[in-house]
Amino acid sequence: MLEITDLIKQFDQPGGGQLTVLDVPNYSMGPGEQAALIGESGGGKTTLLHLIAGLLSANSGSIRVDNLELTKLSEAGRDRFRAATIGYVFQTFNLLPAFSALENVQLGMAFGGRRVDPNRAAELLDRVGLADRADYRPSQLSVGQQQRVAIARSLAGQPKLLLADEPTANVDPASADSVLDLILQACRDENISLLMVTHSLEVAGRFERVDRLEEINRAFAIQSQKV
Amino acid sequence: MPLLFIAWRNFCYRSLSSFLTTLSLTLGVALVVLVLSIYGIITEAFVRNASVGCNLVVGPKGSALQLTLNSVYYLSQPIENLPFTTYMEFFPAERRAAMVKKYGGDPALGERDGKYAAYIGGGFAIPLALGDYFGEYRVVGTTTHFFDRLRHGPEVDQPFSFEAGRAFVEYHPEHEVFEAVLGSRVAATMGVSVGDTMNPTHGDPEGKGHGQGFHVVGIMDPTGTPNDRAVFVNLEGFYLLEGHAKPIDDEQVIAPPQRGDSPDEIPSDLELLTIPEREVTSILVQNQPPMFAVPLQNMINESVQAQAAAPVGEINKLMSMFVGPITTALLAITAITCFVAAVGVLVAIYNSMNDRRRDIAIMRALGARRESVTAIILLESLIIAILGGLIGWMLAHLAIYAAGGYIEDRTGVQIYLWSLSEFEVLLLPLVLLLSLIAGLVPALSAYRTDVGTNLSA
Repeated sequence: MLEITDLIKQFDQPGGGQLTVLDVPNYSMGPGEQAALIGESGGGKTTLLHLIAGLLSANSGSIRVDNLELTKLSEAGRDRFRAATIGYVFQTFNLLPAFSALENVQLGMAFGGRRVDPNRAAELLDRVGLADRADYRPSQLSVGQQQRVAIARSLAGQPKLLLADEPTANVDPASADSVLDLILQACRDENISLLMVTHSLEVAGRFERVDRLEEINRAFAIQSQKV
Repeated sequence: MPLLFIAWRNFCYRSLSSFLTTLSLTLGVALVVLVLSIYGIITEAFVRNASVGCNLVVGPKGSALQLTLNSVYYLSQPIENLPFTTYMEFFPAERRAAMVKKYGGDPALGERDGKYAAYIGGGFAIPLALGDYFGEYRVVGTTTHFFDRLRHGPEVDQPFSFEAGRAFVEYHPEHEVFEAVLGSRVAATMGVSVGDTMNPTHGDPEGKGHGQGFHVVGIMDPTGTPNDRAVFVNLEGFYLLEGHAKPIDDEQVIAPPQRGDSPDEIPSDLELLTIPEREVTSILVQNQPPMFAVPLQNMINESVQAQAAAPVGEINKLMSMFVGPITTALLAITAITCFVAAVGVLVAIYNSMNDRRRDIAIMRALGARRESVTAIILLESLIIAILGGLIGWMLAHLAIYAAGGYIEDRTGVQIYLWSLSEFEVLLLPLVLLLSLIAGLVPALSAYRTDVGTNLSA
């Protein structure tokens, strides 16, 4: 499902020159596999997810998702790929405040030329236990409820790979468990590969496969040596 | 989910900002439509009033525009007067002889056709005598033909009608030649009704009052023409007012009048002015067929004393002299107002871009293309433009429609709810275009929004 080879991502530095944030020689995941990627804050976890989602382009190397080489795609091509293949759950939920819970879920299938299926959106909301909050705006929902709407939205487009960026970091411990259960179960049910980045060992402990960013990212080791 | 729906939701979410931006555009568009409509009404009223059923106005040599203004619009001061014999030139020998017999004058006048008689055909020539006032309103001495022959209205085919009373007659056994008819506005503002007596003042509104009064026998229905602002009196009575007779020298040949004593005729014992004592300020001429107007106008203008002006032509000249620059100024105001409103749209949307960047980044993360988020911003700008434009346009038309009765009374221009002025049809496309251009700045900002940075913000 996911194959990363010799991936390098650099950012311009304010004083000139470039900072290598990611240098991943090899990383892969199989279809339906669920992996936690743990690492320190600022270690490049979110950047790696953005690269896999096609939100950023790599300086060099290869990223193949579902047998599609992302680095060869134009930006419009990556947009289409993202809409068709990727589900994304953010740490800060990132619901659109102008839309109801149901519409936020529908937004998950609004782009990339797909047909919006209101029934599936309602079904997903029901699945995350928010059928009775369909018309609520995000501001009218609790933090945990907002993250559940975000999970429903990430599943709306029937993705093949779900990327979750610290989805439990901003919710209370009780809700965190529930959120995690939802994500894991939904991915199992729909055979979706799941890559979740987290710095919580407790969250990582729920996964059969746990990868440490420090081990797959050579840039981290170089930066650590500089420090 | 259509992009338009997303744009509409954004518009609704920022309700106060959207409302205020739309309101400012609404008021701008309403202002522009009002200005254009009022300008259109004024123009139409002026042009309509210029065609009051006559195609030429004949008066003394001088300014043709002044002649038109004082004889058609009852504005400005009369140039001078013409001898009554000039008026007689519009009639054949038979009618001229009848006038000599009726009023007294040189019998030779009735022995030939008038110089201009052949050009009148089936039309008419109606004399006007100006110079007196009733309050601020002009008193117009004229004949019964004014009511019999002149027409008004959009097709210039409507005879004058009366909301009370009747037209004056040449002679009335009780009122003799002292009957008056009031225009609708004169009656309303001066508080005069049928049966009252009005006393004209001489020369100007504050002038000395004539001792002789006129019996008000009729009040005209509103016509939307300057006639609403005038008082019409029997020319024979007008002549008999103090100071209205032209001094004559002793050498003039004046045969005495030879009137009969039938009930319809002015009795022989009523002393009227003789022809040499009579003057007219102007003559309203309608040629039938109208093709005779041009040669008649040329012929009169070649004469020593008189000139002929075509009211429609004079007013068109006046309009083109003033209206051209006014039109340009109005169009400039329109463009500036639309531009300011469009800048308002730009500022409102651009100011909200900081809040929107995260939303845009989220949509991009969900698979939206740069072009899609750009289109959403442009659509939001269009929503503001369409709502503001349509509501503003409707508000202005409702306001004008609400004032339609008043406008029709004053100008005769009928107002329909959806009647468009000349430039108005271009306004909505202009507003849409400017708003679209205004929306481009924030839309480009949306296009350039960095997803990674804004998702992490």
